[in-house]
Amino acid sequence: MSSNNTNHTGYKSYLEEDGGRKGIFKWILSTDHKRIGLLYLYAMMGWFIVGVVLGLLMKLELIAPGKTIMGPQAYNATFTVHGVIMIFLIVIPGLPAVFGNFMLPIQIGAKDVAFPRLNLFSWYIYVLGGILVIISLFGNGPPDTGWTFYAPYSFKTGTNMLPAALGAFVLGFSSILTGLNFIVTIHRMRAPGMTWFKMPLFPWSLYGTAWIQLLATPVIGITLLMVAGERILGIGFFDPAKGGDPLLYQHLFWIYSHPAVYIMILPAMGAISEIIPTFSKKTIFGYKAIVISTLAIAFVGYFVWGHHMYTSGMSGAALWAFSLLTFIVAIPSAIKVFNWISTMHQGSISTEIPFLWAASFIFIFMIGGLTGLVLGSLAVDVHLHDTAFVVAHFHFIVFGGVGFAFFGAMHYWFPKIFGRMFDKSWAKTGWITFSIGFVTLYGPMFYLGIMGMPRRYFDYLDEFHGPNIISTMGALVMIAGFLIILINLIKSARHGEKTTEMNPWGGTNLEWQIPTPPPLENFDEIPVIDKATYKYD
Amino acid sequence: MSDNTNHHIVPYRTYGLILLLLLVLTGTSVAVTQIELTRWATVVALLLASTKSAFVLAIFMHLKFDQNIYKIMATLIILLVAVVIVLTFLDYGFR
Repeated sequence: MSSNNTNHTGYKSYLEEDGGRKGIFKWILSTDHKRIGLLYLYAMMGWFIVGVVLGLLMKLELIAPGKTIMGPQAYNATFTVHGVIMIFLIVIPGLPAVFGNFMLPIQIGAKDVAFPRLNLFSWYIYVLGGILVIISLFGNGPPDTGWTFYAPYSFKTGTNMLPAALGAFVLGFSSILTGLNFIVTIHRMRAPGMTWFKMPLFPWSLYGTAWIQLLATPVIGITLLMVAGERILGIGFFDPAKGGDPLLYQHLFWIYSHPAVYIMILPAMGAISEIIPTFSKKTIFGYKAIVISTLAIAFVGYFVWGHHMYTSGMSGAALWAFSLLTFIVAIPSAIKVFNWISTMHQGSISTEIPFLWAASFIFIFMIGGLTGLVLGSLAVDVHLHDTAFVVAHFHFIVFGGVGFAFFGAMHYWFPKIFGRMFDKSWAKTGWITFSIGFVTLYGPMFYLGIMGMPRRYFDYLDEFHGPNIISTMGALVMIAGFLIILINLIKSARHGEKTTEMNPWGGTNLEWQIPTPPPLENFDEIPVIDKATYKYD
Repeated sequence: MSDNTNHHIVPYRTYGLILLLLLVLTGTSVAVTQIELTRWATVVALLLASTKSAFVLAIFMHLKFDQNIYKIMATLIILLVAVVIVLTFLDYGFR
């Protein structure tokens, strides 16, 4: 890959180019994709802290049987708001909103996304959705339906379910517009010579994700509107008393929300596919296989939603079809893992922080993925459905998968984004503390689930006490690790050692061939791509 | 959208005919509800609605005159939605 953008003397970085605006306005009025990416990062960081605190409160409640720090209603509200924040405000926008916005145009050799103003508008919609979620905390009390808003309870509860659902509805628009922007950007703005199969894998993962955002998100939008119709007008779509069907809600909800898991995980896989070849100093193994598996996950991921409903009373025909499809969707994920490990094989591995996050991602993701197959088996799921096992599996995939990849990507692209290097010693301490805490927190939940502890209860039988203590201790260790990571990154972004080195990790893609931090429009001249990506000669 | 599309002008007469056809199909959708089609009622309603959508996509939205890549993309998306509906009715059809 070649770039004509070699004369960088006397340039102003995007952090210095303020468009003549002052203070906060140089951020909230900027249409620069890089600043918008950071706007998402800062907003998500704030939400993540709230979500973590709510998660900790739940674990403290579960440290002993009976009421510890909250009663059932407060517990129900806590896990609902924790879920709404973590899912709709963090992991769904997640990597695409932050690193997709920042890196996509750079990695494909463009000066910005196709629709920069629409991009900023997406962020404003995101903020509006967040405000609606905040509003749901007041008045009649926070929603207590769980993040899934299952009918018929969701239109019968007296709590503030509607603003939270409206928040999720509004956030969906942000997701759709970002997806649309990325699809058009990738189709129309790739640099000359960058054919589809010369495009880096992170943009490929964003492309697959964007199609899911565009096609699946409207389904949740209309579904939440239907719930609003139930609550406000009493229409009866999902009300058995009026001839409606509660299972219809579950179908519609999961038609979006299962593909949404791939909105979360595909960009994470894309980031891992960037990190591993860079730190193995080896061409990625099976580039085309990874691309095809990305598209296969995006496509087949639409057809497996029913595995969330095995015990709901669906027909036998639907049960076996969804179980079969669930096993099929595991294949492309396994192909990716195979390719990452093969890339490392006989590579010249340097165990820098981003690589450590990527390697631990594979470990955590495989546990999450394989336990997903356990849940995908019809007979086993009858035993494990709605137990702590599901919570453990879900967090290994969504928090372990997305979180580990997010932290990996954050450390990988940190010097490029901020023009400063983080403290590597503290970063390593944060990684090991967080990883140990994570496994200690969620590992015991697999055992608890198998032993029959149901999820979403503030209380449990005495026999589940021991593993719950271990789990809460794990939460405390994990949060300590998170704080180390957070403080190190914030401190390093402000006061870390300055770096203008274009390519500190020895990567091969375009972001490593432009100045650090990048200039406003990334390239003086649009680069011409003349060789495949990830080539280490 | 391709340059060809920008230069393609559909006669008003065609738009008028398609509008008429859409109205007829809407009337048909209402009329068939008078017939007892049992479990096939949804299938018939979806087929009629899909036919109407196809005319809107092809003529009003100019997909008929666009590059093949866009035709393929639209077809794949319609297929995807079709599979989602079929899977949903694996539940409702066999309960």
